[in-house]
Amino acid sequence: MTTDTGLYQELILEHDRERHGHGLRDGGAAESHQRNPVCGDEVLLRLHVADGRVADISWQGSGCAISMASASVLHDVVVGLSLDELGERIELFREAMRSKGRQPIDEDLFGDAVALSGVSKFPARVKCALLSWMAAEHALDSVRAA
Amino acid sequence: MSSTAAPLTEAELAAIRSDFPQLGEIVQGHPLVYLDSGATSLKPRQVLDAERRFAETRTAAVHRGAHTLAAEATEDYEDARMRVARFIGARDDELVWTSNATEAVNLVAHAIGNASLGRGGAAAERFRLGPGDEIVATEQEHHANLIPWQELAARTGATFRWIRTHDDGTLDLGHAAEVIGERTRIVAFSHVSNVVGLENPVAELVALARAAGALVLLDACQSAPHVPLDVKALDVDFAVLSGHKMLAPTGIGALYGRRELLRDLPPFLTGGSMITTVTMEGADFLPPPQRFEAGTQRISQAVAFAAAVDYLDAVGMERIAAHEAALGARLAARLAEQPDVRLIGPADSPHRVGLAAFTIGTVHAHDVGQLLDEQGIAVRVGHHCAQPLHRRLGVTATARASAYLYTTPAEVDALVDGLDAVRRVFGGR
Ligand SMILES: Cc1ncc(COP(=O)(O)O)c(C=O)c1O
Repeated sequence: MTTDTGLYQELILEHDRERHGHGLRDGGAAESHQRNPVCGDEVLLRLHVADGRVADISWQGSGCAISMASASVLHDVVVGLSLDELGERIELFREAMRSKGRQPIDEDLFGDAVALSGVSKFPARVKCALLSWMAAEHALDSVRAA
Repeated sequence: MSSTAAPLTEAELAAIRSDFPQLGEIVQGHPLVYLDSGATSLKPRQVLDAERRFAETRTAAVHRGAHTLAAEATEDYEDARMRVARFIGARDDELVWTSNATEAVNLVAHAIGNASLGRGGAAAERFRLGPGDEIVATEQEHHANLIPWQELAARTGATFRWIRTHDDGTLDLGHAAEVIGERTRIVAFSHVSNVVGLENPVAELVALARAAGALVLLDACQSAPHVPLDVKALDVDFAVLSGHKMLAPTGIGALYGRRELLRDLPPFLTGGSMITTVTMEGADFLPPPQRFEAGTQRISQAVAFAAAVDYLDAVGMERIAAHEAALGARLAARLAEQPDVRLIGPADSPHRVGLAAFTIGTVHAHDVGQLLDEQGIAVRVGHHCAQPLHRRLGVTATARASAYLYTTPAEVDALVDGLDAVRRVFGGR
């Protein structure tokens, strides 16, 4: 079911339920814990790297449907990318989320993440959608710094 | 809260509502149902007008300068202090303006910290804290009445302790009797918790504090706007309030302190307007309340705060309390009868004000708030600046509906009925 505003697309609710990549797995190259102090949402995310590519994103967390679905979608979108591509994808996603609906999400690059397009029209929820992506960015920074 | 006064009639309620311009707003295509007065209240025209009138005709600095407008502004400002002081049963020299309740708690905590460093001389010795002394708060507290005490303990070497809550979030008085003892120097607690929504047993806690010889600070943020408050009858030493939760603008709050305590307390913020003589070696300070009001003050906001308490007085706090008790009882009872809703606190307490926090199924409070917002219903979601209490209740976040004198029973029903949208989207999770 889709609500008036398109925030809770069926695809989002599905990802919130299924939580792809959920559960922490051993052997991450770096991890990051992000928390939204406003609502207490949190994500602990591990970036797994093999041959310079994202081998896996494993994570655990608790939060609203938007933050949990976004983490699930992140997993689907970025596994298999090179580390540079991961950085670019995070940047593009952040720009789209902060665009107040002006910058659509490219389905070819982002797959199910298009369902999160509507979030950008709700400034209060952008942080929820970005939580896991920020965690991925921090983890990426740590990998690059190492 | 139980009260013997008659609740507001429909006609009175309609007249009150017509004073609040924001009640006419359309949100997401629906007339606004504002159930977030616990965070901040709407403002009536009378208050907005008072602030504007002052800014348009009396702009001048107070307690500085001899021209006519400066004198008139000073008079308005001091008159406002008297009216707000009387509203809570205090004398005018017992009311200090602050920017909000948070600053008021910090003022007391920092002033005591300064006394603990020897500031304020012999008169302030009674406030000195050190190792072996104990500061007591409760697990129910808003961060504003918690962190300043943790910090004061850390600065002085005193021990910070707290009174536990029961599983339903209400205070454990048995535990209070264990925690408050001869080492206790300060007991800080809220009159009404901003999450549990019940009036706390002030008399019992004050009696424990008095027996221990401890000072009492009452956080009256969620009581002063909603129930008659008499700081003398409650026999507390300090009380804090935020104007913006009681029809006044943001930026103005107040600290009540018993006269003889304020007299001996060293200042927190220092600078202009709080001194008598200044030399390059040091300064002498004015008596309270001005000793605690350094720098140019929030003048038009103070004037508007007085207009706000005048508005509340004209309706009558007893009647407002009765109106909100009825709304709170309806809210709690209707939420409690939903099988998938967990109401925080007891459903049938006579001590509930017009506020209730809840969860629905396993749906995150943020999502609940969003789906209510789509129907024009404004509630607060999150931990409401009370993380330890939420941890104690075993939840990360709750949704909270809070009423005020302008809230109707139909709005309470709109909230409870509006939860169906949550069930539709999340399918009974
Ligand atoms: C019980 C309680 N104490 C303290 C505060 C702090 O008020 P303010 O943020 O206006 O300083 C609030 C308001 O959020 C409150 O509800």
